Amino acid sequence: MLTLECPCCGVKADETELQAGGEAHLKRFGPGASDEEFDGYMFSRKNPKGVHFERWRHSYGCGKWFLAARCTATLEVFGTYPAQTSAPPADLIAKIKAKRPTWEGYQ
Amino acid sequence: MSMKRYSVFAIAREAMSFHQNWEQAWKSPAPKKKYDVIIVGAGGHGLATAYYLGKNYGITNVAVIEKGWLGGGNTGRNTTIIRSNYLQDPSAAIYEKARSLFEDLSQDLNYNVMFSPRGLLMLAQTHHEVRGYRRTVYANNLQGVATEWISPERVKELVPIINLGGPRYPVLGALYQARGGTARHDAVAWGYARACSAMGMDIIQQTEVTGIRREGGRVVGVDTTKGAIDCDKLGLVAAGHSSVLADMAGFRLPIESLALQALVSEPIKPCMDVVVMANTVHGYMSQSDKGEMVIGGGTDGFNNYTQRGSFHHIEETVRALIETFPMISRLKMLRQWGGIVDMTGDRSPILSKTPVDGLFVNCGWGTGGFKAIPGSGWAMAELMARGASPLTEEFSMYRFREGKFIDESVAAGVAH
Repeated sequence: MLTLECPCCGVKADETELQAGGEAHLKRFGPGASDEEFDGYMFSRKNPKGVHFERWRHSYGCGKWFLAARCTATLEVFGTYPAQTSAPPADLIAKIKAKRPTWEGYQ
Repeated sequence: MSMKRYSVFAIAREAMSFHQNWEQAWKSPAPKKKYDVIIVGAGGHGLATAYYLGKNYGITNVAVIEKGWLGGGNTGRNTTIIRSNYLQDPSAAIYEKARSLFEDLSQDLNYNVMFSPRGLLMLAQTHHEVRGYRRTVYANNLQGVATEWISPERVKELVPIINLGGPRYPVLGALYQARGGTARHDAVAWGYARACSAMGMDIIQQTEVTGIRREGGRVVGVDTTKGAIDCDKLGLVAAGHSSVLADMAGFRLPIESLALQALVSEPIKPCMDVVVMANTVHGYMSQSDKGEMVIGGGTDGFNNYTQRGSFHHIEETVRALIETFPMISRLKMLRQWGGIVDMTGDRSPILSKTPVDGLFVNCGWGTGGFKAIPGSGWAMAELMARGASPLTEEFSMYRFREGKFIDESVAAGVAH
């Protein structure tokens, strides 16, 4: 069973308390963007087999959104961090790099 | 290369040598240096694509490359349901093509796929669902798909073990497709594999594609764990791993990979000879020829490549089905498993050209790909051989950008 620590309320939440919200750090493209940029923002997804940065909502807890780094191939959780972050924090990146030396890094 | 046909006479002939000399159903050759077409993924969809490339277009210099074993992915992990009662025209066209090919697939392949058109019901358990399914029946009649709306009394006649009265969701009627049903899923893969092998195609198992080689925007081959192999055209038919392959070719797909689980009970005496789907509570059930109750539900919520899901999802599925089928409440469940399904935003598949010339994708079948295998292969073969197919026209990967969704998630209320 997947357990994530909510960075907003500090609860180690079971997955039945949580709702997955898809890929994190999507860069928004709006009016004036090309079709490819809008398509990439709106529909195309990395969907990696491995390290994935994603949005979660502590829906049956504090109700707040947060972000998590997780491995989709092993279900290992690397860490969680606040939703008000535009890119993964450097210490989390370093932690993942240490565990997964062949990981190509956040792109 | 010829294939010894299976028949009653073949059984008699082989009995003379005590069944010791049956030829292998398909060969396991080493890869050649170059093929006209390479298909990645020897599941049902990949093998069917190869088969119809050979049968309909005479293209037989084909390799089907599989990282695991043939039919070991979602082809062997689904609940074997076949139906074509979709709302949208493009969906009804390709799923009904598939269902109609299933009707004589055993004869066509000379391999018993055990197609059993036993009838399929989708229960309406809310008034909203009643209106939705009546609308689907009208749409199906216009599309040439034989479905009908039936009353709760008729549902009870067809499914004596059902509890019509609720408590939460009484059965208000059902969308009934009399020629829907099930087939033996492994046999579908094995039958196509045998027929492909007999046409001289190479099925290369235990070989993982590690790179997609391109020159000047055109695909020229693949790198694999058994070395590089050249090709003129490449078809990616790898379900849950489609995003991983697309990444090798330098583009992204509108797909998320999720775990979908299923389970079977201990075998019991025959008690239900139709397939029943209950979409409001989200569970579906049929009885296998061995007597096991085969049960499926919804996907897990988060990106996952592990082929295992979360226990609380199967708990929810079974809890919902016990309300509708109280007699299953004491059944022991024998086994449970998961598969990785490739979900698109509109819950419709992608059969499409890609940004790379000569590279085609067939993916996004989500939780309902098994039923589509023959139609998917038929259409994908036409797309790859001719560059276009009336069956795939609407299923382009660019439809999202253009706002031309084929919205079956709204039509059905659930993923399927």
